[in-house]
Amino acid sequence: MIDTLNIGLAALILGLGVWIIAARDAYAAVVGFIAYGLLLTLVWVQLHGIDVALTEAAIGGGLTGALLIGAVGRLRSTEGAARAERPGVTTRWLAAVVSAAVTGALAICVLVLPVPSPTLAPEVAANIAVTEVGNPITAVLLAFRAMDTLLEAIVLLFALIGVWSLAPDRAWGGRPGLLQQADPNGMLAYVARVLPPIGIVVGAYIFWVGADHPGGKFQGATILAAMWLLVMMAGLGDAPPVSRAWLRWLLVAGPLAFIGIGMVGAVHAGAFLAYPEGFAKPLILVIEFALMPTLTLILGLMLLGAPRRGET
Amino acid sequence: MTAGTLFGLCAAALIGLGLFGLIVNPHPLRKILAFNVVGSGVFLLFGAIAYRGAGAGLGGDPVPQALLITGIVVAFSATALAVALLLRLFDETGSVTLSNDAPAKAGKDADAH
Repeated sequence: MIDTLNIGLAALILGLGVWIIAARDAYAAVVGFIAYGLLLTLVWVQLHGIDVALTEAAIGGGLTGALLIGAVGRLRSTEGAARAERPGVTTRWLAAVVSAAVTGALAICVLVLPVPSPTLAPEVAANIAVTEVGNPITAVLLAFRAMDTLLEAIVLLFALIGVWSLAPDRAWGGRPGLLQQADPNGMLAYVARVLPPIGIVVGAYIFWVGADHPGGKFQGATILAAMWLLVMMAGLGDAPPVSRAWLRWLLVAGPLAFIGIGMVGAVHAGAFLAYPEGFAKPLILVIEFALMPTLTLILGLMLLGAPRRGET
Repeated sequence: MTAGTLFGLCAAALIGLGLFGLIVNPHPLRKILAFNVVGSGVFLLFGAIAYRGAGAGLGGDPVPQALLITGIVVAFSATALAVALLLRLFDETGSVTLSNDAPAKAGKDADAH
């Protein structure tokens, strides 16, 4: 039997999907996208993926939404010109036919999926004891498929390098984002003083609890990055110039520690990223602690974008 | 119909919807948004399949779920890079058109080719 909640969620998500695509105003579409991300979070809870739900809420809806809101404000003047470029009726019809065909093919695939479904859950459950962590997702991310997580951290770093290299020549090595001016006695400055201590505790808790329960470094790092961004938006702090050596070292520290521990595994346990017996949990903790500041900085700096000001 | 099938079909519809927006919307920022809708549809389809793989006391197959977390983070970094490219294009030319008939301001570059 289908839950009414699930049907309602699916209908709302589809409705918001149509809104994101069809809304006339780009700002309205982005606001729709943020609501869409939050509803998807509920769907992940319904699909028993609490860790995925936390990631979707923090990164899929939250950070991506904030990034797009920032961009939509700067690109407001270009919307009128873009409307004039709307493709003709033929193109629109062809696009509709192609999209409907893709949807139809995928829907058929969903309906003919094999029963019982192939699954790796029993193997994870059988081997999780070796890793000494209680959360199966963390066990997959940092032990069974640690290579994926290492490459992901490196992808984030490369993306940040890509964003930075889009800086104009005069701002190269400077500070990303705009200098924020907020009323020092205003509401924003007040919230930016009161909220970060609470947010830092919540972020650190979600990071720490990730070993045994839903949570983990990505979700925790996003909350810490959000607190950092709040302080910068209220004008209480400024982004560091991207040419600072300490910043660059912190950004590579996480992946370097990860690779270093992988090499230890290659020498002592017979394979790259294998953990010597009995050392799995401590080594996983070392990797997580090393990745945490790197991820916080990368997520926050990625949102600020390319350097736009000099070093002063 | 289980929750897995319901959200699987919902995901298929979202992928089609996003694809349509990607082709039809001329504004690059709207294309990035549409691409994110396609991405979330793919993630949701993968999540529905993970849900069907529940077993051994786990609510879903943890391997695809862990890959989803990686996927969401990588999708964010790709979006951030795309937005940065778009803003640089806007700063350079004052317009963000992807049209082949280059606008007046970009004409100088187009002559060189």
